[in-house]
Amino acid sequence: MTRVHDMGGRYGDGAVVPEPQGTVPFAADWHRGALALTLAAGGLGGWSIDTSRHARESLDPKDYARFSYYEKWIAALADLLVAKGLVSEAELAAGTAEAAPPHPGLLRAAAVAPALAKGSPYARGGGNPGFAVGDRVRTRLPARNVLVAGGHTRLPAYAAGHAGTVILSHGAHVFPDANAHGLGERPEPLYTVAFDAADLWGEAERAGDEVTLDLWESYLERA
Amino acid sequence: MPHDHHDHPHSLLPSDPALRVKALETILTRKGLVDPAALDAILETYEKKVGPHLGARVVARAWSDPAFMAALRQDSTAAIATLGISGRQGEHVVAVENTPETHNMVVCTLCSCYPWPLLGIPPAWYKSDAYRARAVREPRKVLAEFGVTLPEGQKVRVWDSTAEVRYLVIPMRPEGTEGLDEAQLAALVSRDSMIGTGLAGAPA
Repeated sequence: MTRVHDMGGRYGDGAVVPEPQGTVPFAADWHRGALALTLAAGGLGGWSIDTSRHARESLDPKDYARFSYYEKWIAALADLLVAKGLVSEAELAAGTAEAAPPHPGLLRAAAVAPALAKGSPYARGGGNPGFAVGDRVRTRLPARNVLVAGGHTRLPAYAAGHAGTVILSHGAHVFPDANAHGLGERPEPLYTVAFDAADLWGEAERAGDEVTLDLWESYLERA
Repeated sequence: MPHDHHDHPHSLLPSDPALRVKALETILTRKGLVDPAALDAILETYEKKVGPHLGARVVARAWSDPAFMAALRQDSTAAIATLGISGRQGEHVVAVENTPETHNMVVCTLCSCYPWPLLGIPPAWYKSDAYRARAVREPRKVLAEFGVTLPEGQKVRVWDSTAEVRYLVIPMRPEGTEGLDEAQLAALVSRDSMIGTGLAGAPA
């Protein structure tokens, strides 16, 4: 049911290795190129951030596990460019392409700073929240995209079928389960829901510890 | 999509990651899909302008200015915009305050969501499988790997960033900092303290 990226709670990963602070965290020069290319190509308007996340999640699980972070980005970018018809498989294989005039969506250098400072807000007007802060809610079980089999969803498996308490109400936000698949934004009320760690894991490290998740209304029912 | 039953086109690129990036850059530049000067401008932004010093400004202001703290509690996105801070991967910000009762810690178990306009590019550990897998289940063991032990009686609340809301931890103000100005306070605020895997530093 789940994909490889849905790893919250998994056992066996070993220690987290902190890094020095105070420097820009690029470990190799090609990481810089991978980040810049991904952001620049994202500006073409060919896909949403939800589609982009789904492309990374859809990598072969063996690739997802062995690829470093920016290798996932580059692989997903290449897959998306082909899926959207912007680059051909022959061009990828050749490592080059015939020169072509600028694409209408080409992100120019002068537009970069304003575009990055503006971002892409995901809140949408309207949407009458069905739940209020303080309400008890239960998440869908199993965690799945009900619109597209194997599709993108933001309900992690570890939090599926659990009851929690609404602690924040964010208004309507773009619904990734639809937007990732070109099915429109279909905005839904978004909430932050707090779960007791002991409910999620059977036992908490310390009684009273909590985990919160941001969850769309259709992931939830009244508990 | 998903295209599980086909070969993944990315496998047509060279296997060495540096060569993969180079090949893709060549293709996209020649096809008019990417402007090399725009790539430089993107890197200039995240290497020279945007980084944890911006988040530290927010924290220092929150510690020193009760009206700003109140505005941050009301609408964090609007409050930080008054300091000229906004942008991609920080469109919807919620500041979460550490208190003697609650320590906050941020993760993205599904990918790598992170408040870029406040903290810049995420460090490798934040995006690692180990952090993503363990932060939600055993945050105290993870904190110990950062050298952080919480006082008895302080609960942990881990924020799994599953939507487009980005969380900024406001660490507790260290003791003995009453006389410091905002710039001196900001110098005590590390990146990790704003993710929740560190604490604000003591004054020298």
